[in-house]
Amino acid sequence: MTRSAMIKAPPPMSLLAELTHRCPLQCPYCSNPLRLDPRAGELDTATWMRVLDEAAAMGVLQVHFSGGEPMARPDLADLVRHAVSLGLYTNLITSGVLLNRDSLKVLSDAGLDHIQLSFQDADAQEGERIGGMAGAQAKKLEAARLIVEDGLPLTLNFVIHRQNAERVPAMLDLAEQLGARRVEIAHTQYYGWSLLNRDALLPDRAQLEATEQAVAAARARFGNRLAIDFVTPDYYAERPKPCMGGWGQRFLNISPSGKVLPCHAAESIPGLTFPSVAEDSLEAIWQDSPLFNLYRGTDWMPQPCQSCAFKEDDWGGCRCQALALAGQADATDPVCHRAPAHDRIEQAIAERPATPPAFRYRRYSNTV
Amino acid sequence: MTAATLLAETCMPRFARGTRLQYDRVREQWFVQAPERAFLADAVAAEILQLVNGKRSLAKIIDQLADKFSAPRDVIAQDVLSMTQELADKQVLLLA
Repeated sequence: MTRSAMIKAPPPMSLLAELTHRCPLQCPYCSNPLRLDPRAGELDTATWMRVLDEAAAMGVLQVHFSGGEPMARPDLADLVRHAVSLGLYTNLITSGVLLNRDSLKVLSDAGLDHIQLSFQDADAQEGERIGGMAGAQAKKLEAARLIVEDGLPLTLNFVIHRQNAERVPAMLDLAEQLGARRVEIAHTQYYGWSLLNRDALLPDRAQLEATEQAVAAARARFGNRLAIDFVTPDYYAERPKPCMGGWGQRFLNISPSGKVLPCHAAESIPGLTFPSVAEDSLEAIWQDSPLFNLYRGTDWMPQPCQSCAFKEDDWGGCRCQALALAGQADATDPVCHRAPAHDRIEQAIAERPATPPAFRYRRYSNTV
Repeated sequence: MTAATLLAETCMPRFARGTRLQYDRVREQWFVQAPERAFLADAVAAEILQLVNGKRSLAKIIDQLADKFSAPRDVIAQDVLSMTQELADKQVLLLA
């Protein structure tokens, strides 16, 4: 008897809908898989509508429209409107470079609840070098201005690494100046594109500590006016993070071509079959698919996780990181100080070159 | 001194744009939906937040709940004022 036959999994809280992998930017830490889905394979509007129906019926509360750049899909506002009609909380995760007064008005009128806008840096020239798109910063600043003018709540997202960490204070100032309600200062995590670029991105401990101090100072200064979410880099953490709140516990990801994943990086794990919304219902995939049951709960855990008091706090950490560093997706996340492969983390930090190498940009042509 | 003592009962709270109270039929629980997170509203919070509409003063909300639950007004007032302050701090409610 399989585990899924014994215990019904709790319903997922949120759905990340990756509408497309197409994007005008080419950030070297992109969370998309190395093998990007081509436009020709993208789900059509009717299928996304059905997926949203199923998600709402299952108990999903929030849907995050993401990509690639979700504004590259002409049906985005229709999908938002449909999600709103189902009572789903709608969040748009965008680079902002395709946003203008007209496209924002259509989304706002459709009932969009919130926008998360990414910046690659507070400095325009550096931001455009990191994102690989000339002219991006002015478009982003204009997007932020339009969003705040409309009254939609705005979160700014900054991904932090060794090449922009020193400007975290300027990023926090920018968030305040632009009228954001929240700001995410999220250190890069290393799988997929960012693992490929790890030497170009991984900060040293002094840089990390400076960012922590900048965030603490800003929290004292801004109080409740601006909420700051700080994400520490796994490589310098004491304990692994509870990746996605546990595999198949709270979170669903749907790729542009309709694959249903427990996390956005799961396709990096070889030898797995990824269920598709084209073949099964979301509910059946969530409850019964081998993929979602593979690392669900604690039965699959090796030692030292199995006898660890924190096993239902961190759920063994991140499976993709275990694969990337320990060579096995079912190993203890090497971030954990008790993990047999913890030395791989220390090695990556020790072997970090003094000068960052050139970025390998996220492009269809750089796919490995 | 607690923050709640600063709140005037004349103020009329409303949900900030991008936040709302929502009943989840699947889990049979109330949630506060907010940017990038949904959090559980316990029974007390759900009763209070169902009365928040931007037109009802805190005094009115307290009166209605005291009446509904036949409870002492000062006990209800403490719950309402402290929760309102807490959710204003989290940018869920706006006070006017």
